This record gives sequence, structure tokens and C-alpha cells, in this order.
Amino acid sequence: MSLAQVKDDLKPGLETQPIVNAFSITVGSVNGSGSQTSNLTILRALFKMGIPVSGKNLFPSNIQGLPTWYTIRVNKDGFLARCDESEIVIAMNPATLYKDLHDVQPGGAFFYADDIPLTNKRDDVSIYPMPVKAISRSSSAPTELRDYIANMVYVGVLARMINIDMEKIHLALHFHFKGKTAPIDLNFGVIQKAYDWANENLTKTDPYVVEPMNLTDECILADGNTAAALGSIFGGVQLAAWYPITPASGIAEALIEYMPMFRKDPQEPGKNTFAIVQAEDELAAIGMTIGAGWSGLRAMTSTSGPGLSLMAEYTGLAYFAEIPIVVWDVQRVGPSTGLPTRTAQGDLTFAHFISHGDTQIVILLPGSINECFEFGWKSFDIAERLQTPVFVLSDLDFGMNQWMADKFEYPDTPMERGKVLWEADLERLKGQWARYKDVDGDGVTYRTLPGNRHPNAAYFGRGTGHDENARYSEDNKVWHALLDRLKKKYEKAREFVPAPVIQKEPGAEIGIISFGSTDPAIQEARVELLKKGVKTDFMRVRAMPFCEDVREFIKAHRQNYVIEMNRDGQLHQLISLEYPTEVMKLKSIAYTDGLPLTARFVREAILAEEKI
Amino acid sequence: MADQKIASRTQVNLVGLGKADYRGNPSTLCQGCGHNSISSQIIAACYELDILPEQIVKFSGIGCSSKSPTYFLGRSFGFNGLHGRMPSLATGALFGDHTLRGLAVSGDGDTASIGMGQFKHVLRRNLRLVYIVENNGVYGLTKGQFSATAEVGLYLKGQGSNPYMPVDIAWEALVGNATFVARSFAGDPKQVKELIKAALSHRGIALLDIISPCVTFNNKDTAVHSYAWGKEHEVALHELSYVPPAEEIMVDYEEGEIQEVTMHDGSKVILKKLEHDYDPYNRAEAMRILEEANAKQWLLTGLIYIDPDKPSLLDIYNLTETPLNRLTENRLRPPRESIKQVNDLMF
Ligand SMILES: Cc1ncc(C[n+]2csc(CCOP(=O)(O)OP(=O)(O)O)c2C)c(N)n1
Ligand code: SF4
Ligand SMILES: [Mg+2]
Repeated sequence: MSLAQVKDDLKPGLETQPIVNAFSITVGSVNGSGSQTSNLTILRALFKMGIPVSGKNLFPSNIQGLPTWYTIRVNKDGFLARCDESEIVIAMNPATLYKDLHDVQPGGAFFYADDIPLTNKRDDVSIYPMPVKAISRSSSAPTELRDYIANMVYVGVLARMINIDMEKIHLALHFHFKGKTAPIDLNFGVIQKAYDWANENLTKTDPYVVEPMNLTDECILADGNTAAALGSIFGGVQLAAWYPITPASGIAEALIEYMPMFRKDPQEPGKNTFAIVQAEDELAAIGMTIGAGWSGLRAMTSTSGPGLSLMAEYTGLAYFAEIPIVVWDVQRVGPSTGLPTRTAQGDLTFAHFISHGDTQIVILLPGSINECFEFGWKSFDIAERLQTPVFVLSDLDFGMNQWMADKFEYPDTPMERGKVLWEADLERLKGQWARYKDVDGDGVTYRTLPGNRHPNAAYFGRGTGHDENARYSEDNKVWHALLDRLKKKYEKAREFVPAPVIQKEPGAEIGIISFGSTDPAIQEARVELLKKGVKTDFMRVRAMPFCEDVREFIKAHRQNYVIEMNRDGQLHQLISLEYPTEVMKLKSIAYTDGLPLTARFVREAILAEEKI
Repeated sequence: MADQKIASRTQVNLVGLGKADYRGNPSTLCQGCGHNSISSQIIAACYELDILPEQIVKFSGIGCSSKSPTYFLGRSFGFNGLHGRMPSLATGALFGDHTLRGLAVSGDGDTASIGMGQFKHVLRRNLRLVYIVENNGVYGLTKGQFSATAEVGLYLKGQGSNPYMPVDIAWEALVGNATFVARSFAGDPKQVKELIKAALSHRGIALLDIISPCVTFNNKDTAVHSYAWGKEHEVALHELSYVPPAEEIMVDYEEGEIQEVTMHDGSKVILKKLEHDYDPYNRAEAMRILEEANAKQWLLTGLIYIDPDKPSLLDIYNLTETPLNRLTENRLRPPRESIKQVNDLMF
């Protein structure tokens, strides 16, 4: 549909030019009322119309009853970070009616369920009542599904009022209900009724409409937890042990869903090449992971802050006994139980230094859904190559929200299984080997795996001091040499952890440094800043240890702003520790309130720092 | 790795190994510690069973007891993990190769205090693991504090008198759905050995609560975990002997004198009746007899309960015949075509 058509289509009363594919929709509803299906249907339909779109769920830690909001941003230029403003608001929750009304941008549109009495109105927004009860009652839905179905009414009304393609809505339902005709027909019936009702009864007076584009053809819509799980599946994960926790459960649940599809053995039909174990707690989850890593399996666990705290002691053992494992930390707001359903980047320093004594953990920091997938498999290669735990820090915003992403790509390097000796190798070595002897001078030693039948294969793993032969030792020189070797391994990691992503603007004196899910907000802010004449370069760090590029980037700029979603500026702390001579060039912009970062915050923070 | 002692070829078992091949490093535990005598019985049992040491993986937590796996089966892989967290480590590790048998040693502190959670959960998962608790009622390694199995009123130097009720490990195992529950006494080496053999033949988890006196911190004659108390109060449920699969039972027994337990691997455990009639298949009876033993202050020993055929943890995972840790990239990474299928699933 062309712009002219859209304009013709708009009913009289509209005075302004239509605003196409550049606005946000917020739906306010009651947690547990089933609005998620409706919201995802809208999101998916817009995506299938080829329009860049993102959806963010702002939900309480509650199963049923508390207010929840879902924001969909459509943006023809592809800026998909959260933004504070909503041009369209749909109010389904009586408890937040006036807050929702207040939140509509002037000139915007407000839809509400007409069984909620609305006495105070606003004359700078278009207000549209929706006969939610009447339409859902007239549907053929059984009574127990009525409330659920009621949420489909706003899908239909909105579809009519902003021109969402009904065919794409049908596609979205088809996907959601996995092709089952009964629920598809039931839901679509309600949507169609609501659409027809709006067509008959509403007059459009706001300017917001969508129009098909072709910017999503090569894209997928996925959440970071699913991406992480699928990446791990392609990484050959064999044992996944976990304990339920928001926002990390989705990783294990996606493994449960997809492992049987992709990981039956090609040689022994029907047999599994994997095991998933729900442990009794995170102590046991990481214990199982470490046991499996020790016996040569690709093993992972996934958790969030409170679980990570419980994993501290065991992680130290894996670090010290040199056992490859992968730990996903889908960060939420701490300290303590904190805000379990909100997002943050507050675990970085803890994850890096986790456990007592001198420990340094290799950390990967995905900054997109595609990197969640990529680091899903790559983390195993790094862990096995280094024989050390690798932590991957995602967050709730990635983990639990739907993101538009490029199609996942098949791993571009073969599996790196590290230094493992089997029977034939030991035969060749005439049985001469030592578990912790640095033969190659890179700090990484050879290991054997339980089940190796060579009589010289076995060794005794332990968290206590040990010599090159893994024998108990309290010798001071042996201890010192061992810790030095572990350090050497960590240094070695710089060569093959993912390098930072650097984007340059010719002539920029300002550098922005960040990691993880703040990427879209920063990308958008940089464009806005550039419009104001403020040029910035951008470096998104993707791993610890840092590589040399990080220092060079800092040096190359008059001022570097380290932007992150925590209170204390944890990335800033770690970079300052690593490059103490550069600290004058580093400034922390750290902020956390549970919500994903906005471009506005980034822009204004930098303008304020630069006194512009 | 370390030079292997050449086994004495004069006396070897069916797999051609001498007893020395089943030994480990010299023990650094106290002279007379019950744990040492249990290590000896593990060595003897494995030697007599003709098990290749490479077939066994050892696990332990932290404590004097948990140190002992270094002192036996030097040719077996092993892992001395964290205090109270051995079961999870063993669970993960045994997924690596389903043909291996796990043999774990823990202490009463390691199992019944800090490790109670993991202990109970490994039981309900029925991991194929011989789980030996060397129970001395005290923390040996940290020098003589009360453990959770210490009896009320036990007086220990520097600690005073124990005010709390004890945990009964065999009882906990039974309630926790363990499929093999036994109790024994380090001062009864023959029974310990036969029970270890039976445990090694068990399909799932085999819990052995072995009273193993700490001669340094808790061996007063009045203490229930002492040698003297054990010798005086031991009541054996039966006389126990293990018969490997496909071996004839050589001794003639009187009608009704014995009960045969057939293990999942075809071996048999012959239970010769002593004073009591006892049926180890009966869980309710097992609970009753533990209560009676408690009331009568017996150190009740023997095979308390068995369910020989319950599938083990690994049995229910439908894993490849090839051990998981020998699968290579072509069996672990889905083929290139499958990436399209993945993307189609993503909408
Ligand atoms: C997390 C942790 N807390 C405390 C300790 C200290 N600690 C070492 S062994 C032990 C008790 C061991 O008692 P038990 O398991 O009964 O073994 P025993 O020495 O009596 O054989 C304690 C508390 C530890 N190693 N780790
Ligand atoms: S302190 Fe007790 S438990 Fe430890 S070795 Fe000595 S006797 Fe054995
Ligand atoms: Mg003890």
C-alpha cells in the first residue's frame, strides 16, 4: 500500500500528515491474563510486513494479577532500542488506566476496553473505546477462554486503525499455535470481528499507520535464550544441568524443546547424544556440569545472579582443576533477589573474580541475538582449548524479549576439542605423560578422560595443591609455579576470545565503550549525536580478557565514556584495572533502574558530560 | 603416569592383575583409623571381583574419609571434589561413559551435614554409584567437632556435650528411595568386603553406611561410633556372601537357611539366616528393623534393603552405546542443512 493510499484510507478528522512506521505501541494489561499471545501476534505480523520491529515485555515478578506492559517499537530506520515515549497506548487494565492515558504522547492514540469507566479524558490524544466484553462474548469461545480471547479484540481494532495486514496476523497465529486449526480459527475469528467493528464504528483521528516494507526478509525473530540454546546445540553440548530461575530458564527449556530435534545420533538411530538434568539447586547444577566437563563432555549450565552466587565455590574448583565448562548468566537486577523480572548488567565483576583466592574467569559478552547463538557454540571451543570455565553474560532483555536478528549462521570453524590423550596417544607416548605438565609452553596441559583404558591414563583430580602428576603437594615452589601457569593460560586467551566490535566516525575525539544489550540504544544515540555535530567512535567489548585493541581504542580518544547498566560502572572498573595509565581518559556512565537503556539517556548523558 | 609397580605374577586374578595393582598411595590417615580398613576391603573386593581398575571411577568430597580414594585403586580415575558436593560431580562425570562404575567415599559430615541435599537427590536419581559413608560421628579432618550423626550427649574435648538428635544415614537413604541400603562396621572386614562386592554389582545407587571409628577424636568405649561399642553392639541381619555371575553356589545350605538375592548383572548375594528372619526386599520391614535397632541400641549390620532391577539414571536417558565422551564432531554437531530448519523455526 502506498502512502497516498494510506492517506485516502484515513477517515475524515485527520488533520496532520500520516506518520508511517516510526512509533511505539504500549499495551497495559494484567499479568497472567494471556495478553502475551496478542502482543506477540502484533509483533510478528508487523515483522512479516517487512517493518523493523522490537518488543519488550515489562512484567512483574508475579504469576497473575499485577500490571504488566508490553511495548512494540516499529522503526523504518531499524532503531529498535527501548524508548520512553509511546504514541499508541492500549489500556486493558483498569488499575493503570489513568497512568496509561497520561503516558500517551501528545497527538497520539489511546485505546481502552469500554467496560472500564473513563471519566477524565485528554483532548490532545485520540481516544478510542473498544467493546472488548461484547465482542469476546459473541465469540464461540468456551467461557473459560473468554478472558484470554478478550485480548484478541485489541489486536483486531489496532489492525484496522493502523493498517496491519490481516493475512500476516493469520500467519502469526498459525506460527504461535503450531498450525492447530481450532485455536487459530477461534482467535482469528475474534480479531476479524474486532477489525470489522472498528471499520464500522471508529473514525481515525491520529496520524500513526504502518505500511509494508521489505527490510525483514532475511531476518528472523528470536529471543536470546533460544539463540543461546540453539548455538549450544550446534556447539555439541552434551550435558546441560540447570535449576529454574528467571530470566535464565528459557535456555534450558529451549534445549528441552530442540535437542530431540537436532541431536539424535546419526549412527545409532533414535539414541541421544545429550542429557539434560534439572538439578536440585545451582550447587548441584554446576557440580554436574563440572563432573561432565571433567569426563570430557561439552557441559553447560545456565543461571542468573542468585544462582551464580551459589556457584562460586565450584567455579573455583573448575578454574583450579582446569575443567572446561560453560556457564550462561542471564543477568537480572541484584543485589539479592532484587528485581527478578528486570534487566541489568550487574554481574560482570562478580563473574570475573568469582570464588576465593586468585581466580580470573574468561567471559564472553554477546551484544546481539546472533552473538548469543555464535557464543553458544564458540564458548565450548574456548573452554576446551583452555581447559577452563567460560562464562557467557547475557541479560533479561536479550534472554526474554523477541528481537529481530539476522538468520543464524552455521559455525564457520570446526570444533576445537583441546588437548586430549586417548589410548593410542598414550601408546605412542609409551605411557609417559603428566596431567599438569606444560609441554607446549602455552600453559595448557594434556588431559585424559575417564574411560580411557590405558593403564597409565588415570589421574586423580582435586581442588587441593598438586604437582605436575596431579599428586597432592603442599610444596611452596610447586604451588607458585602452578598459579603462574594458570595466569599464563589466561593471558593466552586474549588471542582467541572474540575481539571488540569497533565502529568509527572520521574525526571523532569521543569514544564510547560498552558491552551487551546496550548496543541498540548506543547505535541510535550516535546517529542523534552526529546530527548535533558530536562525532563518536564506538567499541563494544565482547570478552575478557581484553585484547590489545581495547587499549588502542582508549588511547586514540580524548575522552572515553564507558556506558553500562549497573550502578558502579563495572566494565569501567575492569578496564581501569587493566590499563591504569589510561584512567584519565575513561569516564563511567553507569545507570540502572531495571529497564533497558534508551538512546535518549545515552545522548543526554554524553551531551551533559561534554557540556554541549 | 606414575611408575606402576609390577604386580607379583605369582598371584594374579582373572584379568591378570595382582593385588598390588589395586592399591593406591600409602595412607596418610592415623594408624588404626577405620577408614584405612575400609580402603583395604575396597582393594580386596575389586581384586577378587576381577574388575579392571580402569573400569572404576572414584569420587569423594572433603574430609579424612574423602582423602582415602588416593589410597586405593591407583590405576582408576578419581576426583576429590568439594565438601558435601561429591554426588553432583559423580552424576555429571558418569554421563561421560556409561560403561564405568562409580565408587564414592564420603564422611558423615560430608554426607549428613553440609551434603545432605546432594546425598538425598543422588539417591532419588538412582545413579549407578557405590556410595560409602565412612561414619565416625565426628569431623576428623577439622579436628574433632560434632558431626550430624553424633549421638545426643556425646562429650567431645573442646566441644562440650552434643545437644542435638543424630541423623541416621541408612534411614535417610531408605526414606530417600535408595535402591540398595546397607550398614556395616569397619571392625567387621569380611562383611564390609562382601557388601562392597554386592554394591559393585548393583544396577543403581548402593548406599553403605559403614561405622568407621575415628581413633583420634571419637573412640571412647561409650561412644556409639567407637570400636568397643561396635564390637559389643553389632547385630548382623545375616551372614552375607557374594557369588559372581555364572559361578555355582558351592556350599550346601539347609532348606530355609538362606535367602538368595539375584542382582541385575546375574550375580547372587547369599544371605544366611542368623537369629532373625529378614527379607531385604521389604521396605516397610526395613524401616521397622531400623527403628527396633535404634530402640535396642544395636549396631544393626547387613543388607537392609534392595530393589535390584530399578533402572539407573543413565538407563533412562536413552544414550548412545558409544560412550558420550567418545563421540566426535560428526555426531555432535548437526549437519549444515539443519541451520535452515532452525531459521525456519524462528518465524
Ligand atoms: C565449604 C567447606 N566448609 C568447611 C570445610 C572444612 N571441612 C573440611 S573436612 C570437614 C568435615 C569432615 O568431616 P567428615 O565428612 O565426617 O569426614 P571425616 O574427616 O570425619 O572422615 C570440614 C567441616 C570445607 N572443606 N569446605
Ligand atoms: S583424625 Fe580420625 S578420621 Fe581422621 S585419620 Fe585420624 S582417626 Fe581417621
Ligand atoms: Mg566424620
